[in-house]
Amino acid sequence: MSDDKSVKKKTSLKDFDVIRKWPLYLMLFPAVLAIFIFSYIPMVGIVVAFERYDPFKGMFGSPWLGLENFKFFFSGSSWLTVTVNTLYLNIIFIVSGTIASIIVAVMMTEIRNKAFSKTAQTIMTLPNFISWATVALFSLIFLAEDGIVNKVIEMFGGDPVAFYSDPVVWPATFCVIRIWKGAGWGAIVYMAAIMGIDSSVYEAAKMDGASRFQCIFRITLPMISNTIILLFLMSVGGIFRGDFAMIYPFIGDNATLFPTTDVIDTYLFRALRTSNNMGSNMAINLYQNILGFLLVFGANYIARRFSRESAIF
Amino acid sequence: MEEMIQTETVLSEEKKSHKHRKPKSTLSDKILITVFYVTSTLFGLMCLYPFVQVLISSFADEKALLAEGYKLVPSKWSLDAYRVLVNANEIWTSYGVTLFITIVGTLLTLFITVMAAYVLSGNKIKYKNFFNFFFYFTMLFNGGLVGSFILISDILHLTNSIWVYILPASFNVWNCFLLRNFFAEVPEALIESGKLDGASDITVLFRIVLPLSLPAIATIGLFSAVAFWNEWGLGLLYITDERLYTLQYQIVRLVQSIDAASNMANSGMGNMGTTFEPPANTLRLATAIITIGPIILLYPFLQKYFVSGLKVGGVKG
Repeated sequence: MSDDKSVKKKTSLKDFDVIRKWPLYLMLFPAVLAIFIFSYIPMVGIVVAFERYDPFKGMFGSPWLGLENFKFFFSGSSWLTVTVNTLYLNIIFIVSGTIASIIVAVMMTEIRNKAFSKTAQTIMTLPNFISWATVALFSLIFLAEDGIVNKVIEMFGGDPVAFYSDPVVWPATFCVIRIWKGAGWGAIVYMAAIMGIDSSVYEAAKMDGASRFQCIFRITLPMISNTIILLFLMSVGGIFRGDFAMIYPFIGDNATLFPTTDVIDTYLFRALRTSNNMGSNMAINLYQNILGFLLVFGANYIARRFSRESAIF
Repeated sequence: MEEMIQTETVLSEEKKSHKHRKPKSTLSDKILITVFYVTSTLFGLMCLYPFVQVLISSFADEKALLAEGYKLVPSKWSLDAYRVLVNANEIWTSYGVTLFITIVGTLLTLFITVMAAYVLSGNKIKYKNFFNFFFYFTMLFNGGLVGSFILISDILHLTNSIWVYILPASFNVWNCFLLRNFFAEVPEALIESGKLDGASDITVLFRIVLPLSLPAIATIGLFSAVAFWNEWGLGLLYITDERLYTLQYQIVRLVQSIDAASNMANSGMGNMGTTFEPPANTLRLATAIITIGPIILLYPFLQKYFVSGLKVGGVKG
């Protein structure tokens, strides 16, 4: 009887997975700590959205304001401008970027000359690795009033465009620059999908006299539609996050360009640097995060229904 | 039934004979493929041209540049920009800062991410699902920019510290999940046999799993290194000490004000005399060239890895 008990005690101590496999938990610890500090503690900071935050009194000692901060943000007109800009820019970026990447992927896989497509691919993916800050600097020599783009426009008899004082041109300009930077890189995942298509399908189609053009539209594109829809849904999930890293180096604090380029993230960044009202900043942040969360969740739900295996999570 | 078999054999015979014949391509096919060649060549040139033009213009004479604009062959060449750049101490300080955060940051994040990914791959621990969710939830929802701002400036007091660049990026959930999926493909039997020989988890990870996962490690290492090298947003928020600016933050400053470039040129000119104007425009371009140099040198070396790494991780992810 007593023997039985002691055996039981021993095993019950070893039953704790954490103790039995402590080296594994130790290996996991730094990651858990980093996520706890840098992701979970900031979540607690959300309470600040309902306070008049004072860093000396801390997150829990500052006076409570209720929804005052939200009223302040939503009573102005800027919330609508930045929300519309964020959505509008992201939608045109997603659509133009997806189309450009698919075109590149189809071209690269149709071209059978290995040396050519490898070289082309190397060159096309290169811009992806330089920062937006550097791209913005490169753009100076193209977009300045005496820059290369205006030289070309004048050569064809057009009127020069004042890029840095005309807000209207920026959505299209950003689209072009994004395609320059990202189309080659974005094509890789579509190329992988295209190369996964069974080649006997193409052989059969060829025997039936299908042209290459028909093969692309009747085989390639339908066969990679799952990948396209999935990646599309993934990017739709992030549609409330403005691309601060891209927009700020180009626009900075140039307020004449804000009507078309100011997104939630740039607005927030500016607010963080210029205003001390952390409560209202957090209110803006929370507004963005909740909408973003709902969208990611919704996008994933649709992806899961659409194809169980290829659901993102 | 027999008919079907017959047609199948006919089909396969046709296929064979088709293989022996030279593939016939119609005129429309030829036109299409020509269009593809032309388009991709043009796009490739478009991708390359800005690099070439910036490189050339950085070697142009400042006055010639202002007078005639950006040309493929400037009328007058000059090394002024680079001569000034050599003496522009703030750039070299930033170079040091950027190198430090890139090397230390990449090693740290690889170390932490690899260990976590190993533990979460397969069925190693009982609470795997809990930790997976603990990490995954932060991809869905977070305290955002303002939450991090309060944490870093009011709680951790990392303002004006070089660690503000490294610590928040020391673990990346997305990379961890990519690696976890990659590690899961290492045969369990290999790990078991290592364990039977008395190897600890750390030994198994570094001696067995890692050597088999080099493409994935290289991919994630490259991504992290590029992200650290290209960092500037944190500098904008948390750094006021000029000695801690990163290279890319210097670039943002140069983009946004030509005065910053002139000041840099003036300080860089030092004892060169005041006979020539500070080459502010070419200096900006020269700075861009030296900041992208390391990436371009590293890039072809790692390119062969990241395509295979991306395919395995990305498509399944």
